[in-house]
Amino acid sequence: MKSRKISIVLTVIAVALMVHGTGCKKSVVDPLPGSGEATGWQKTSETRTFAAKDLWQYIDGDAEQYISAGVVSTSTSDYKYNDKIEAVVDVHTMKSADGAHKILVAGQTSDGKPAQVGDEAVQYARSLIFRKGVTLVRIVSYQSGAETPQALMGLARTIAGKL
Amino acid sequence: MESRREFLKTTATGALLLGSKSALGLTPDAHTQSKSKVVIARDPKVYSSPGQLDEKKVSELLDRAIVSWTGRDNPVDGWKRILGKDLGPDKVIGLKVNGLGGKGIATHTALTKAICDRLQQAGIKPSNIVIWEQRANFLKACGFDHSDNPGSIRTLSSEIFGYEQSPESFGTAKVNLARALTLCDMVIGIPILKDHMISGVTFAMKNMYGVVQKPFELHGTGCNPAIADVNCIPAIRQKVRFTVGDALSSVYDGGPSFHPERLWYPNALIVGDDRVAIDHVGWQMIEKKRAEAGMPSLEAAGRPPHYIATAANTAHGLGTNDPERMHLVEI
Repeated sequence: MKSRKISIVLTVIAVALMVHGTGCKKSVVDPLPGSGEATGWQKTSETRTFAAKDLWQYIDGDAEQYISAGVVSTSTSDYKYNDKIEAVVDVHTMKSADGAHKILVAGQTSDGKPAQVGDEAVQYARSLIFRKGVTLVRIVSYQSGAETPQALMGLARTIAGKL
Repeated sequence: MESRREFLKTTATGALLLGSKSALGLTPDAHTQSKSKVVIARDPKVYSSPGQLDEKKVSELLDRAIVSWTGRDNPVDGWKRILGKDLGPDKVIGLKVNGLGGKGIATHTALTKAICDRLQQAGIKPSNIVIWEQRANFLKACGFDHSDNPGSIRTLSSEIFGYEQSPESFGTAKVNLARALTLCDMVIGIPILKDHMISGVTFAMKNMYGVVQKPFELHGTGCNPAIADVNCIPAIRQKVRFTVGDALSSVYDGGPSFHPERLWYPNALIVGDDRVAIDHVGWQMIEKKRAEAGMPSLEAAGRPPHYIATAANTAHGLGTNDPERMHLVEI
């Protein structure tokens, strides 16, 4: 009887460990939305992902500030809004929220306005940067127009929802 | 040829722009005996609408810059003078563009195409024109895909076309050079003027980081003396003999990446054969814009472009950073 109890306990522990180690772990989700996920936005390039050591291949000269702030990886993709506004989205996964915050405030200028997305955000006429947890997202448009800020915000909120 | 009126304007604007002494306070370089001519050509209407370049006006602006710099009657003759001994049926001319900052702040396609047109009119075969950048995505940002088709202008990414196996060195720089550079008899640099968060400024000389395999290894101490050292590597020093600096648009802070909130439109091309003088002029333009925007100088921001003075010193001798030894023409 005693050995049967021990066997059951061991089985429960083993199952618990298996579940913890695999199936119940939150899967990694690509935060870059596909076409149509954000209203009006089409994804126009494949997602490219760079580990910290390879970040220079994408943003040589800028990579150092992200590395010193603890970047783990960066994913990027191009987008187009209603065939009018082209944009690029960079998603930087940092080691800590502090590192993401550091980059966010380092690039802030007086014309940036606080925005309501993620944990903290700054919006400009043609770009939007926000942090959610350890993730820093920068969206930059190549064209300016009256609808640009709202379009960028729509894309940002979709991305934030996936983080 | 320059008129007296143009010369007087040049002198006045040059003094205003650069000041009467070197901003770095250096004594004149003893070996720089003659003045380096730098032409700043501007067209306030080169953009037909915000962000939309007028390609015809870009071509006309380039022509004005080349005619002014060379003193020839027409741009084709001007290009023939610039090409000099490298004007021939078998000579290969490289155009080193810069697309590192992405599509928003890359060498403008219209400018590169205008140069290609004039080179062909001057006698260079299309297949002997090589436009290249370090990485395929940088090249794409400049408006070109990697393509190596016979009979056409070659547009190469070193990421695909490759690097030489044996390293070259000068001073602190030990680098593997792009095979595209090896192909060329002469190279025309077509950098885009930008603030740079490590080196302070990126323009003519920094553009040569795109000629080496691992530029990130050359970022220490504000890229100084590495930028000057890279430019002293014989193949770079000897082949890169002319610069058409793209200052149609620029970023005065946050570079080298694209920050639209720091974008500005100098609407200018800066041309010449003295890469140091061109960088000095570009640096002063960025400082002027930063001051107008209420931003600290690059020195105060902790990233003065000391490499420009290093490039001018006797150990490097790449050109002059002394405004008194420059002949600045502003048209």
